[in-house]
Amino acid sequence: MMKKTVIEKIWENHVVSREEGKPDLLYIDLHLVHEVTSPQAFEGLRMNGRRVRRPDLTYATMDHNVPTINRHIVNDPISKTQMQTLEQNCREFGIELADIDHPDQGIVHVIGPQLGLTQPGKTIVCGDSHTSTHGAFGALAFGIGTSEVEHVLATQTIWQKQPKTLQIKVNGKLGFGVQSKDIILAIIAKFGVNAGTGYVMEFTGEAIRALSMEQRMTICNMSIEAGARAGLVSPDMTTVEYLRGRRYAPQGEEFEEAAKRWLALATDEGATYDKTLEIDAADIEPQMTWGTNPSMGSGISGFVPSPDEFDREADKESVRLALDYMGLEAGTRLTDISVDYVFIGSCTNSRLSDLRAAAEVARGRKVQDHVTAIVVPGSQTVKQQAEAEGLDKIFTEAGFQWRESGCSMCLAMNDDVVPPGKRCASTSNRNFEGRQGNGARTHLVSPSMAAAAAVMGRFTDVRELAGVNQ
Amino acid sequence: MEPINQFTGVVCPINRANIDTDQIIPKQFLKRIERQGFGQFVFYNWRFDDDGNKREDFILNDPKFADAEILVAGENFGCGSSREHAPWALLDYGFRIIIAPSYADIFYNNSVKNGILAVKLTDEEVKTLLGRASVPGFKLHINLEEQSVTDDSGFTAYFDIDPYWKKMLLNGWDEISVTLSAEERIRQFEEKVYGKQYS
Ligand code: SF4
Repeated sequence: MMKKTVIEKIWENHVVSREEGKPDLLYIDLHLVHEVTSPQAFEGLRMNGRRVRRPDLTYATMDHNVPTINRHIVNDPISKTQMQTLEQNCREFGIELADIDHPDQGIVHVIGPQLGLTQPGKTIVCGDSHTSTHGAFGALAFGIGTSEVEHVLATQTIWQKQPKTLQIKVNGKLGFGVQSKDIILAIIAKFGVNAGTGYVMEFTGEAIRALSMEQRMTICNMSIEAGARAGLVSPDMTTVEYLRGRRYAPQGEEFEEAAKRWLALATDEGATYDKTLEIDAADIEPQMTWGTNPSMGSGISGFVPSPDEFDREADKESVRLALDYMGLEAGTRLTDISVDYVFIGSCTNSRLSDLRAAAEVARGRKVQDHVTAIVVPGSQTVKQQAEAEGLDKIFTEAGFQWRESGCSMCLAMNDDVVPPGKRCASTSNRNFEGRQGNGARTHLVSPSMAAAAAVMGRFTDVRELAGVNQ
Repeated sequence: MEPINQFTGVVCPINRANIDTDQIIPKQFLKRIERQGFGQFVFYNWRFDDDGNKREDFILNDPKFADAEILVAGENFGCGSSREHAPWALLDYGFRIIIAPSYADIFYNNSVKNGILAVKLTDEEVKTLLGRASVPGFKLHINLEEQSVTDDSGFTAYFDIDPYWKKMLLNGWDEISVTLSAEERIRQFEEKVYGKQYS
């Protein structure tokens, strides 16, 4: 029998129609919807008198522009309109919604897995590029635009060209103090923001197998920042155990049956990929970005590079523009860069284990006076779990603000904005110009590195803090 | 969607690589619930300063480029957020054609679905066009049927495009209607996998 990758297996299970000279028509098993990229799609349905074909496979929440201080005070009237519009649309088309008052509310890519909606072998789409997060479960999950949202609502299918497969193999074991965020940042720094263009990536290797589901989600979340259409990890027992007992996962006998099917989806021994890239986990140190795309970064022991170090004219120019925007001089030691803001949150790093890692560093320390630091749990459930463990106390005693769940300062569509010229250590996934606010300067780091930056007032190798005065 | 085949227009060059969708349409303008009206915000942070004054040094603010309908830019155009507001904004502003060496996948799909032709040329060809287009009034002729880009002084380049996308653009088809015309197959798939009929 032909050896297949998990990507090919899922693909083949979902082809509704295949014709020469056309993309494949794929069936979608789960469609996640949020308030920002859906209004025009519902409007389109209404204008054409169409209905939602599978409301039972559609799930909505509001996350992008919800307030994180007082959930019921939405200062921006347009944000409010978007939230109300989603409510109306869900009611009209019969879609389940975790609204602002719902205990399941949270960032769409945090709650899908948490509720057990995300499962191995599913095709999952959402009008949001970080849908790749769900790939951690061995699902084929990718972001789509609003026209495609409308298309999936109306037909439960999507036209897609079969992607090429790219294996990213992370060999060996991670060093002390290095987190899964550092793996993906190191991969992007090494291979670039185009490495995955036209591909779906599968992460393999000893270091990936050793990761928890939450850690795998961080990696798949950012596969899109390496240009990939999607990123995933073959299902294994870690995947199965995470899903056991979750509300929307199969229960009892059915679960055991499903688990067998899930495990059989894993890439076959000896299957081939269109391309393979490798990296050694032992070589990865805690990472941080210095520029304006996620590949402009390095290990924390590094320096801000000079444009002259790059060969291609286009790269020299991008680096020149980036340093100018970031207000950085070539040759500066990364640990000499100070911070003004710290944001711990986003669909990349706002899950319980992320908050635990940050709290570990914050415990018994104080946020520097010149730093504003906020912690935004990924969902109401994460928030409650963290509070039950007393993480909120650790953070607030250290001088961090403890907020309600949402996307928040990841993209600053609500009131959580980094002011112009200010520098932010952020656990999110994008350091583009203006992402966290007009003129804001973003440095991407792991949760523990972000907490270290907060208590030191500058970027710091978190490994130096471990064990000190605790 | 308006069909597109032969097209001639004034070119605006933006010589930057990795122009992301946050630059094309900053997120503070995403909150509208309609599709129209985003053009006024395209490249907002490059066109306007913090006080909302025009930045004179940005090319789109140069009246000589004001009626450009073809945008030429560097590689990896449209990377970043999947927001479809980016092609809506470009289209609403008046761009029907984009030319770059490469595009982010989602942006590319979103563009075609909204009737924007995103042309891929080689680095060299794009470089030539960026140079020639810095002279105001420079025009290009695009022929989708022939998959060609030409100017009036001897530049000719051919581009690849997926035959399916080409057909959609040439005919101005709405994808949902195309899919629903194949509904029988969707129904069969649902019967097989979900054991039920949904329509
Ligand atoms: S947290 Fe950030 S990246 Fe994730 S869904 Fe929200 S806005 Fe997008």
